[in-house]
Amino acid sequence: MHPAPSIIFFTVFSGLGFGMLMFLGLGKPDVSGFTAFVFFAIAYILAVGGLISSTFHLGNPKRALKAFSQWKTSWLSREGCLAVLTLTVMAVYGAALVFWNVRIGILGLLGAALSLLTVIGTSMIYTQIKTVPRWHHWTTPLIFVGYAVTGGAMLTNQLYLAIPLLMIIGLLQIAAWVIGDKRFAEEGSTIETATGLGRIGKVRMFEAPHSSKNYLMKEMVHVIGRKHASKLRIVGSLLLSLLPLILLLVVGASHLTVLLAMLLHIAGALTTRWLFFAEAEHTVGLYYGQR
Amino acid sequence: MTQLPAHTEKKLGLVIDLDTCVGCHACVVSCKGWNTENYGAALSDQNAYGKDPSGTFLNRVHSYEVQPDQGAAQTIHFPKSCLHCEDAPCVTVCPTGASYKRVEDGIVLVNESDCIGCGLCAWACPYGARELDQAEGVMKKCTLCVDRIYNENLPEEDRQPACVRTCPAGARHFGDLGDETSDVSKLVKERGGFDLMPEQGTKPVNKYLPPRPKDEQIDILAPLLEPVAAEPKGFLGWLDKTLEKL
Repeated sequence: MHPAPSIIFFTVFSGLGFGMLMFLGLGKPDVSGFTAFVFFAIAYILAVGGLISSTFHLGNPKRALKAFSQWKTSWLSREGCLAVLTLTVMAVYGAALVFWNVRIGILGLLGAALSLLTVIGTSMIYTQIKTVPRWHHWTTPLIFVGYAVTGGAMLTNQLYLAIPLLMIIGLLQIAAWVIGDKRFAEEGSTIETATGLGRIGKVRMFEAPHSSKNYLMKEMVHVIGRKHASKLRIVGSLLLSLLPLILLLVVGASHLTVLLAMLLHIAGALTTRWLFFAEAEHTVGLYYGQR
Repeated sequence: MTQLPAHTEKKLGLVIDLDTCVGCHACVVSCKGWNTENYGAALSDQNAYGKDPSGTFLNRVHSYEVQPDQGAAQTIHFPKSCLHCEDAPCVTVCPTGASYKRVEDGIVLVNESDCIGCGLCAWACPYGARELDQAEGVMKKCTLCVDRIYNENLPEEDRQPACVRTCPAGARHFGDLGDETSDVSKLVKERGGFDLMPEQGTKPVNKYLPPRPKDEQIDILAPLLEPVAAEPKGFLGWLDKTLEKL
């Protein structure tokens, strides 16, 4: 799949924003007044910024409001509704903390739960796509939630949680890669089933229907980016998990190392999210003799 | 609404004969022509006369080589457009309700004035039947020429999809695949019509007819001809033996 920057920024930064809101809703850290304002402002910039970034990917963003209507069947619609609901609940909770130093615990709890659901909603947009076997698996919601919680813990300075979470997300991401590499074969679609010609023999693309690339190939048969995939997996997992862990555990936690660890982790998340798209193989590639 | 109907009154669709398709791309051209001049946003081209031309098409013809276990390989031309699936995954993922499946005839359509161009339906389709028009930013797909098949301003023989009407080989058939007594249903039964990627669970309405088995022996006179000498004789024979010894 084409790794569009707008979607990579959307999934990474909205995930971080909602991950932060999860912790703020649970009262971790227990902040109020101006400190709370700073924390909430960062969380909202990340979450809303990510959501706005997703609209850059649309062919007709002027009609984006219509996307809230089909929550009964569409995960994209559900994700939009959940995001707005979460941001509204957390705005009330945050305003009470910032302006009146009042923590409405139940509202925070509700907001944290909604934040988690929003991240799951984001992940389901991809998990539901059966045509991309790598995504159509339980590892997808797990890594999306994993990234959000880990990033959220770091951004809210919950180091006792961030350290084990950094280990878990590193292992989880590697597991998702190992499992993901087998997924296409597992689902059983081949050029033979795609054309139905397997009943005669082995099928090979003889001539393409068009001489240059079309929308389908640009969007869903992204082969070029996979060239450096194995190198990027190493770079991604180092940035995502190992280097921040070394900084926090070996060098020791200070304002500077936490900030650096956070930046490295986010760079890692962007790298692995790029791979999440670039490495995803769509069944339509079979018609072009490619994956 | 993007909920799929539990039942459609008809299942209009195409039956494509892979035995008779000659790969001329006439269906591709007539489809582009009709659907650019009529219903909905035109099918645009980008850089049409430049180095890297591309454009929106609702129907494309691939060509494959199939190698059986024994015998010669075959070339098979393979037209592909929307299969108007019963369990259309492209419809349920749509966040705006722009994609829908009609209850009256099962045609899958896009209401372009509701489409935000997110492209998720194109991702959900296993067959690559939907293309986002790069000029209009809306999703385009085969309408089964909904503006032809019911159009009483057209002569009766023209009230079928443009691709079917234009096919010079008679490789494309249009009809109600929900009606067991229809010509297309009989054709599918007779010729063993099949679904593309049944493992995706989309239950496509369109069916493909397999190529008929090839004749084992192509030239009936061949067995009557004298076999050609396998061993060279005379001067060539002497040369062959001498070179062999060297």
